[in-house]
Amino acid sequence: MSIDIDTARRVAHLARIAVKEEDLPALAGELSNILTFMEQLNEVDVEGVEPMTSVTPMRLKRREDVVTDGGYPEKILSNAPDAREGFFAVPKVVE
Amino acid sequence: MSDLTKLTIAEARDALRKRDVTSVELTEACLKEIEGADALGAFVHKTPEIALERAQAADARLKDGDAPAMCGIPVGIKDLFCTRGVPSQAASGILEGFKPEYESTVTQNLIDAGSVMLGKLNMDEFAMGSSNETSVYGNAVNPWRRGNEDTALTPGGSSGGSASAVAADLCLAATGTDTGGSIRQPAAFTGIVGLKPTYGRCSRWGVVAFASSLDQAGPMTKSVRDAAIMLGAMAGHDPKDSTSADIAVPDFEALLTGDIKGKKIGIPAEYRMDGMPEEIEKLWHDGAEMLKSAGAEIVDISLPHTKYALPAYYVIAPAEASSNLARYDGVRYGHRARLAQGDGITEMYEKTRAEGFGHEVQRRVMIGTYVLSAGFYDAYYNRARKVRALIKKDFEDVFAQGIDAILTPATPSAAFGLGEMAEADPVQMYLNDVFTVTVNLAGLPGISVPAGLDKQGLPLGLQLIGRPWEEGDLLNSAYALEQAAGFVSKPEKWW
Repeated sequence: MSIDIDTARRVAHLARIAVKEEDLPALAGELSNILTFMEQLNEVDVEGVEPMTSVTPMRLKRREDVVTDGGYPEKILSNAPDAREGFFAVPKVVE
Repeated sequence: MSDLTKLTIAEARDALRKRDVTSVELTEACLKEIEGADALGAFVHKTPEIALERAQAADARLKDGDAPAMCGIPVGIKDLFCTRGVPSQAASGILEGFKPEYESTVTQNLIDAGSVMLGKLNMDEFAMGSSNETSVYGNAVNPWRRGNEDTALTPGGSSGGSASAVAADLCLAATGTDTGGSIRQPAAFTGIVGLKPTYGRCSRWGVVAFASSLDQAGPMTKSVRDAAIMLGAMAGHDPKDSTSADIAVPDFEALLTGDIKGKKIGIPAEYRMDGMPEEIEKLWHDGAEMLKSAGAEIVDISLPHTKYALPAYYVIAPAEASSNLARYDGVRYGHRARLAQGDGITEMYEKTRAEGFGHEVQRRVMIGTYVLSAGFYDAYYNRARKVRALIKKDFEDVFAQGIDAILTPATPSAAFGLGEMAEADPVQMYLNDVFTVTVNLAGLPGISVPAGLDKQGLPLGLQLIGRPWEEGDLLNSAYALEQAAGFVSKPEKWW
């Protein structure tokens, strides 16, 4: 599978990583190489095999749906690049 | 006592309990070594005040008697573990300035056991790498050198700082994490012991996530006995990690008898790779002979899907990483890019992530995004998960035949030079994980034991792979191998 420049641009956008237009050809090349490496998987007969979802066969534990933690907004906000009046602050989302 | 920092955990424990030495003395000796070892790039955030405070507390506890084995033992902590009030960046620019308000379960367990944190250790960014060259802090350097050369070698990765620090006697032991070989490969490159436990043995809570179905924390130590002791302190059920196993943690050290008579050790044909250096081949053969001399039965086995482990890993790990790393958005913690007039939230995300993530991390996030995207999910991600099921079944089949452990080389080569792989295709770097990655895919425990030196005087390791949850038995086989190999070499101090 070869990735073209448009696909590389689309993947970068989906991943929310800004990539300069002039860097797209190199990125497309790198991604193509890695995907080519992955294509060895097509040699394997996976007919009837269930995709592995859990490393250990286990049923996830359940617990009461109750609040077990919280009540310290100042700690939650302490590492924020921009926090104001008890909220995370971000640029305008809706025009 | 002299050379305090060269002690193993077991030796230090005994000396501490006999009051031959105090934890403060041990800790001060380590801090002094660390101060003089900046050339190794191992410790990236030093915490001498926390260390001395905990050492004093440990001494008080030791005085009262009945202190656990890790009490008073100075250790280094990989930067991937969140440690309260101490920078925890996963060696990434995007977590610049991040000081968690909480403590990871594994490091809390170590604190509860009385161990002393000396500081945070270098690693590949988000644990993505095999040479510690993707770190925002710069390279960690291997204390070992080739013969009389002064070429700087990689300590391996991603737990490169941990490996370097333990091998150079800056600390008695260190925590590592292993997603595709990140404990075992650096351990092999630096002549130390590295154990990746069964998936679920150690809690992942508070460990910065890379690939959640593969990540597992483990000890990096100077001996197999130390790995047994430290694993006991790190492990345990944690309700905060839903994949943490609710099973008892045995006394691993008590299981080290060195008796492996009648144990069946498998030698997988598929690990004999084309172009494998003769020295690795010989080491592997010698290792099998040693186990045989110790009374084990050596059995040729087949793990037919081995060849597909790396490509499956390089679909699954980036896919999980792309999801896990979505949280780095410049809103809640870490770096946010400076925005231009009129930039909205999308530009904030895109610029923040472009500035904050290094090249390899960006590449993996994008690969992961691609294999999970509409139209490719089945072709790549689901196929890889099916192949993973087959790889796991390979192991289940040989264990069902009565195999107790599997012996393989730990790495396809000795440590290489920093920068030597810079021009190589990323896939070339990925090949470092060829012997280790199967173990993560199958969720098994694996241990790397130093077993010899190559012609240039660099350490080489062998890997033993065990049955799930049987780290005790695995450690015992590793202990027998360690005793037979008698590896005692140390790097000559140049730093």
